[in-house]
Amino acid sequence: MVYKKIKAAFFAAFPNTIPILAGFLFLGIAYGIYMNQSGFKFYYPMFMSFIIFAGSVEFATVSWLLGSFDPVNIFFLTLMINARHLFYGLSMLEKYNIPGWKKLYLIYGMCDESFSINATVDVPKEIDKGWFMFFVTMLNQIYWVAGATIGGIFGSFIPFDTKGIEFVMTALFVVIFLENWLKEKDHSASVIGLFISFICLIIFKGTNFIIPSMIIILSVLTLLRGRLEKHE
Amino acid sequence: MSKIQQLIIILIVAFATMITRFLPFIVFPANKETPSYIKYLGKVLPAAVLGLLVVYSLKDVSIFNEFHALPEAIIIAVIVILHFWKRQMILSISAGTILYMFLIQFIFK
Repeated sequence: MVYKKIKAAFFAAFPNTIPILAGFLFLGIAYGIYMNQSGFKFYYPMFMSFIIFAGSVEFATVSWLLGSFDPVNIFFLTLMINARHLFYGLSMLEKYNIPGWKKLYLIYGMCDESFSINATVDVPKEIDKGWFMFFVTMLNQIYWVAGATIGGIFGSFIPFDTKGIEFVMTALFVVIFLENWLKEKDHSASVIGLFISFICLIIFKGTNFIIPSMIIILSVLTLLRGRLEKHE
Repeated sequence: MSKIQQLIIILIVAFATMITRFLPFIVFPANKETPSYIKYLGKVLPAAVLGLLVVYSLKDVSIFNEFHALPEAIIIAVIVILHFWKRQMILSISAGTILYMFLIQFIFK
């Protein structure tokens, strides 16, 4: 029964997305309110959250839409902010290699949160992996678009004294990092990623730290290849 | 900016985002043998990228602020201890977030 298989995958995937339901609704609403108060109708955050589906660059796009028309610069800025997706792709070459249209959607919807869940979660044996990852990705996108649209429609009418709720995303990433830490035998790559990014953030500040971090992480992992491969 | 120009900007942002997501899959298609170096990266990168993501989610926190990133440091320590102790994802995430909101709304304000 195909329907049964899909249903089972949905109910296996949903609990994994609950923290993101909370985080994305609040962040999405905050984003919608921000667009609303910048003078945009609700269909702007609705359309942008759906088609771009990459949180931080969507916030940046608000100011780009208010500035002068500079497509070339904006193109390269977007590549820079989202360069981390390249690493997600390299990590998911095998996992996302499933037949059919679902693969395209998984790659299209590969935001930080969908990537980190799909990369680390152990899907139960009886559950279809493709459908499981599809529902994780789709639910996350629904939360985000719903939040952005609600924020865009109701704007400043929402009493928004939930200061600090955005920390739910940090908490999520810390916990996923820890889960992965508890599962892995060799902690070298975790330590390398955390330490190098941290140093780069202090030196370069803000989004500027991403590219230098990626280059240094890649170099160190390449230099340590002999050692790290032996450990497996 | 006109509506058309706005649409162009939004489409460009979406297109550039898709380049960063699709590029690895286009360069290393499933029907061809992936070089062993890339396979190696596929094994070690996830752990390293999760570390990068933790830092990325803290990118707007500055150690040079009024509170020197103290609330964030305290809560991350709490989450680490709680998670090693109970190992319940939802508990670690919700307790960490609620405590953080309490800290910055009532203590570090």
